[in-house]
Amino acid sequence: MGRYLLTLRRFWATALAGQLEYQLNLLIDLLAMAGNLAGSLFVISLFYGPGRSLGGWSWEAALVVLGVYTVLDGVCSSFLRPNLSTIATHVQQGTLDFILLKPIDSQFWLSFRTFSPAGLPEIGTGLGLILWAAAKVGASPSPTGFLTAALMLASSLVILYSLWFGLATTSIWFVKTWNATEVLRAALTAGRYPISAYPLRLRSLLTVVLPVAFLTTVPAEAILGRISVNTGAASLLMATVTLMLCRGFWRYALRFYTSASS
Amino acid sequence: MSEHGLGVLLDWGTGLTNRAECLPCPRRLAARIASNDQATSLPMPIVCAERLSKTYRVSQKQPGLGGTLRHFFWRRSRLVEAVREISFSIEPGEMVGFLGANGAGKTTTLKMLSGLVYPSGGNLLVAGHSPQRRQASFLRNITLVMGQKQQLIWDLPPLDSFRVNAAVYGLDERETKRRINELAEMLELGEELTRPVRKLSLGERMKAELLAALLHRPSLLFLDEPTLGLDVNAQARVRTFLADYNRRHGATVLLTSHYMADITALCPRVLLIHQGGLFYDGSLETLTQRLSPCRLVRLELKTPLPASAFSSYGQVEAIDGREVKLLIARDQLTGVVARLLGNLEVLDLEVADPPIEDVIGQLFQRGVVQ
Repeated sequence: MGRYLLTLRRFWATALAGQLEYQLNLLIDLLAMAGNLAGSLFVISLFYGPGRSLGGWSWEAALVVLGVYTVLDGVCSSFLRPNLSTIATHVQQGTLDFILLKPIDSQFWLSFRTFSPAGLPEIGTGLGLILWAAAKVGASPSPTGFLTAALMLASSLVILYSLWFGLATTSIWFVKTWNATEVLRAALTAGRYPISAYPLRLRSLLTVVLPVAFLTTVPAEAILGRISVNTGAASLLMATVTLMLCRGFWRYALRFYTSASS
Repeated sequence: MSEHGLGVLLDWGTGLTNRAECLPCPRRLAARIASNDQATSLPMPIVCAERLSKTYRVSQKQPGLGGTLRHFFWRRSRLVEAVREISFSIEPGEMVGFLGANGAGKTTTLKMLSGLVYPSGGNLLVAGHSPQRRQASFLRNITLVMGQKQQLIWDLPPLDSFRVNAAVYGLDERETKRRINELAEMLELGEELTRPVRKLSLGERMKAELLAALLHRPSLLFLDEPTLGLDVNAQARVRTFLADYNRRHGATVLLTSHYMADITALCPRVLLIHQGGLFYDGSLETLTQRLSPCRLVRLELKTPLPASAFSSYGQVEAIDGREVKLLIARDQLTGVVARLLGNLEVLDLEVADPPIEDVIGQLFQRGVVQ
């Protein structure tokens, strides 16, 4: 475990050092993130506006959903995208060979090798938005409530990671699978709004097929203290199953890895 | 032409494959490991491959728009036998060269041995492990260096990449520094280690790649074209380093290279792979002798002579003014040289083996044609 922690520290230290080599690029990344967040707030203010409600969610409660979405988007920018989008490149160029021959879990390497600081302010803003909006709604979570909320947020992160990694794994056979991850990102965008704001049929689709509901609405419900035991259990089950499937799928896929020709 | 034809080589191939089959098969080896059998004093082979095969499915596409559309909707593929039932074993500390034309199957063999590619058939035991399982104890013992691919972090100095590798292999700070210093000295690397990789020359980068790959002191090295694209001096330095590393640590080195100089300088034993099959397994010297039953005689004459003047001595390879190159059968060499010296005004005479590149190049050409 100590070896993995030290490796992780060195992974991220080198990732940061690598990005600081290009100051201007990092600055532009941060500016783009600020612009994106401002746009997101503007769109939701058009939809809701104080006093209005959508799908039974008030403006402030909906902001909690947006807060969770912002945190997830920040995690995508900082951790998921920089790492998982390189899997296809590693397969295409054959550099996956180096990773597979290291005495360390290849999934760990591919999932945590790098990080981009550009998503960190977004994660901070998302958490701030959650706290502010939850206070406005009047939610005062007990320690158990707080723990549940943290657990549901962790669960949503695991689901998102597993789906993304699972899609990236298909590059072992198809090499270029960026389009599939774009679909996943588009689906995540649907999670900006509470799931009950969508028509019933779409709601089922966004819960069962693309588990968008578990990504943003369920953690928001937990934060607001509105979550049922069943929903919480379903979210944990979903996270466990997707993580196990994605891990099994990666191991299975490696049997078919043929490595790029030299 | 016919006397060094494909048939002769296939005969050799069969004979030498039999040699490999006499060696203990992986199952027997595994049983020996399991029972901790100390009875035999024979060294345990570090690599034991028996009837190793790999078949790939490769998609086929015709050129042009029509071909592209057909390829998109009805994808056709065929099976390619990259490696066909090859058997060999390698003892610890050996330096073995894999020879073969592009696409012969040598890189695929190397990738199966390192555990990157699952074999389609046969038995394989490397360093006491089934390589495709990629167990940590196996991976700690091996390394892979590829001339065309790099593992160093492009924007940072090599030292940063070394620190990442040290953490992955669980090396402590002091030991890491000691090993970096030792390897840097052997590779003649100094301030290059603190310069971003993108600012290094190709030769410096390859030396840093080697350092990164050997930091955990592996006992089995898989080197795929490690001197590719390097200038002559850099190639020589890499070769000297590899020989030195092999001597110091008793490491086994398996090398593929298109530069025959790498093979001649480093590998007393070669495996010649052709169209997926094992053509030859033995010493480079014997291979040269068998492939080329002639020796190259270079003459410097006092006065130039036409090619016809040499027809009774041997085959004229080249004539350039007063300089003549003749190919003469090995068993007639002494007599022919005596006649040359007696009949012609010779200023200088030199006898050598024909360049191995030419010999093997001719073999591949003949093999493909037939």
